[in-house]
Amino acid sequence: MGVTGTETKHDSALLTRFADPLIACCVLVAVALTGWLASFAGPVAAGGAPEFVWDWVPNLGIAFAVRLDGLSFLFSLLICGIGVLVLAYAAAYAATMDKARRLVGLLAAFMLAMLGLVVADDLILLFIFWELTTIISYLLIGFDHESAKARKAALQGLLVTAAGGLILLAGLVVLGQAAGTYRLSGVIEAIPTLPDGTATTALVLLLFGAFTKSAQVPFHFWLPNAMAAPTPASAYLHSATMVKAGVFLLMRFHPAYSDHELWFPVLTIVGAITAVWASIAALRQDDLKQMLAHTTVMGLGSLTMFLGGSAPEAVAAAVTFLLVHALYKCALFLVIGVIDHGTGTRQWQVLGGLRTALPITTVAAATAALSMAGFPPFLGFIGKELKYEGALAIAGEPYLIVVAAVAANAMMVAVAAVIALKPFYGARTPATIDAHGSTWPMWSAPLVLGVLGLLFGLAPDHLGDWLVVPAIESTLGGQTDMYLALWHGVNVPLMLSIVTAGLGIAIFWQFTAVRAGLARVFARLPRTASDVYDAIVDATLALGVWQTRRLQTGRLVNYTLATGFVLVLVLGWALVRHGWPGIPNGWSGVRPWELVAVGLIVAGAATALTGRSRLPALVGLGAVGLGIALVFLQFGAVDVAITQFMVETLIVLLVAAVVPRLPRLNAVPAQSRLRQWSRTAVSAGVGLGAFAVLLALVAIPVDRSLTAYFEAESVPTGHGRNIVNVILVDFRALDTLGEIVVVVLAAVGAWAVLRWPGRRRRRAEATQEG
Amino acid sequence: MDTLILKAATRLLVALLLIVSVYLLLRGHNLPGGGFIGGLAAAVAMILYALAHGWRETKQVVRFDPRAIAMTGVAVAVFAGLLAALAGLPFLTGLWAFPGGVPLGTPLLFDIGVYLAVFGGVITLVFAIERET
Repeated sequence: MGVTGTETKHDSALLTRFADPLIACCVLVAVALTGWLASFAGPVAAGGAPEFVWDWVPNLGIAFAVRLDGLSFLFSLLICGIGVLVLAYAAAYAATMDKARRLVGLLAAFMLAMLGLVVADDLILLFIFWELTTIISYLLIGFDHESAKARKAALQGLLVTAAGGLILLAGLVVLGQAAGTYRLSGVIEAIPTLPDGTATTALVLLLFGAFTKSAQVPFHFWLPNAMAAPTPASAYLHSATMVKAGVFLLMRFHPAYSDHELWFPVLTIVGAITAVWASIAALRQDDLKQMLAHTTVMGLGSLTMFLGGSAPEAVAAAVTFLLVHALYKCALFLVIGVIDHGTGTRQWQVLGGLRTALPITTVAAATAALSMAGFPPFLGFIGKELKYEGALAIAGEPYLIVVAAVAANAMMVAVAAVIALKPFYGARTPATIDAHGSTWPMWSAPLVLGVLGLLFGLAPDHLGDWLVVPAIESTLGGQTDMYLALWHGVNVPLMLSIVTAGLGIAIFWQFTAVRAGLARVFARLPRTASDVYDAIVDATLALGVWQTRRLQTGRLVNYTLATGFVLVLVLGWALVRHGWPGIPNGWSGVRPWELVAVGLIVAGAATALTGRSRLPALVGLGAVGLGIALVFLQFGAVDVAITQFMVETLIVLLVAAVVPRLPRLNAVPAQSRLRQWSRTAVSAGVGLGAFAVLLALVAIPVDRSLTAYFEAESVPTGHGRNIVNVILVDFRALDTLGEIVVVVLAAVGAWAVLRWPGRRRRRAEATQEG
Repeated sequence: MDTLILKAATRLLVALLLIVSVYLLLRGHNLPGGGFIGGLAAAVAMILYALAHGWRETKQVVRFDPRAIAMTGVAVAVFAGLLAALAGLPFLTGLWAFPGGVPLGTPLLFDIGVYLAVFGGVITLVFAIERET
């Protein structure tokens, strides 16, 4: 069986996994896309940029425009190529068929969203794909949705990146409006001609989007928490693709903004802080996956730092390191997935001696880690040499950047050594004694990526010509004579590399002591960014609970009081502005009949207010309604009057049915004086306000043109003499339809509230207890 | 309120109220009345019946789930409007026919829908409150 025989676990279920239509389809799509994209290598390397435009929303100037320049080509090939490996790995990794389908489906959806993001040539399209990656990553981080920790991490990632996404949208809209086009390539050409203020505003907004997505300090905390995702998802999203979206944005806008006065200081300082801070944090981790997550943040920080420079060397360093990082980081994540799968733990302190159980994975881990540590002849070495060259070429602050790069890289060497050595060498531990191998898609994926890092390191010129240099030129926005080579001669970068390796090995040698020292320092640190996030989220929730408690008391009297109070304020303000309306015709026009109705209303209201029990109060209210109906009748509104009679009758009957069940009025505890007076004041205010409004309305001459129309048309076109009804069922039937729908919905809603099963059950229980 | 007088009187009154409610509905186009008022009158009749004979018996008399009655009313009203759409006219346009000189039109059908919706809605509410008390 050879070498593979010792690691490969034969699993008949594996074949059924790949025979599943969904999984097979996803993997095939990834393979086909990779092949199709690779066919563009020639034109892209020659400096071309194939594009495809379909007018999507022409009125708004939004197009489904995609464009494949050098930068997009590098990214899309990484996304689809690594996608193939990760999809196959994920199909084998998931515990059950059900989970495999869900995981592979989500990963494939993510791949397409990410691909759209990097090829989009329209600002709105870019944003849509940007948000799609955010949402799918939410689903992936929360994949293990029964775990509260995973749900919390998913929400955290979503909130941070979606908030950044919204800010990004604002920036994109500012750019689109100012440039007069939403085509990305056009906007980038237009930016240098924009007014300073506009360009700066847009830049700041874009940076927020990029920094949240790419986990720069102070938004870095969500990424390590996102490790709650299944390992294949972490390998794909949180190392190779999604978190690079922010970096991609920076690269995309590099040609337009690299000369801006904010660009260099903000990017280099934020990037340097992120890189150093994350690599220190990486040393402290016990969980291998957490360790890798922090080194990812470090990688993103270095990328940001180098993109701050406008020298070709700095950009070349960023682009090359992007490729290097994607290859080794994905490989190492997948290696950890194999270890986790085989032993059930990711704690490096309890792992050891796995090289006999997992020989192939040991090789894969070694190649990837050597690339990560930047040892020749791996691609990582070229990347690191370029980094130092780039750091030295950055005008302004080369020393700060060199120090940051050396420090971060030295710690990377130590972390790489921990990951490649600790689990595999030494004696077997209780945790690894029963370790088992995994199926071929799982051990082969990291091996392929690791070996690619070696091959590319051995033959960098070819890789450079068709993949890296076109991307550098897109990012620079111009030609360059940069090339990739393994051996640059004895120069300052080589010296720095030797220093880095020495420092890294020293840290690894004294790893326990270094960690103990760090633990002492960290114990004294005040709140971390994650604490601040928690505080903000907690405060928001507390505010929500507080205001809901205040406003939604569930007591009808409070709602009525609030509504009345607002009404009094509005009407009072109107009265103050316009003065008290006068009585139009004096008292002379008052007819005796009207006085009867008014007398009935006043008497009814007085009875309702002073009644000692509910029934007289109820009858009093009925009398008020009756009086109002009389008023309607006097003014010829017979239909309205009848409706009013009916409604009053219904209300009296209904309330009469309920009254026996209510507590007696004198059994209700008396309210405090203040409450009584405030409620009286609001009630009186509402009454006075309504009175004033009516007076003011009477003073306005009535426009009778509508009435005249209805009077004239009622019989000829409506075939009815009752204008009110003709309006209700014919002229304005749509309004009536809306009203009856409201009536029915209100009734069904009330029915649901009053007869909800849970409520009934609780009542039944209460009765039993009572 | 279990009294013989009330029970005897309601038999008559309920019948009268129901007839009046339909009368109100039908004459509404020319004289005060209409589906809304008619529906309310019918609902009052049912409550009166319930006060005399109890809720259980009233539910049996109503026979259908009041929510279904209300929904049917909305459906009838929408259907009346759709008839115009079938004729190629805007939704809810009135269509008329004059068999024997009596004007009959979709607005009447629409008003029947209103009647059922209001009756069903109010009865739904009343039955829900009754159950609660």
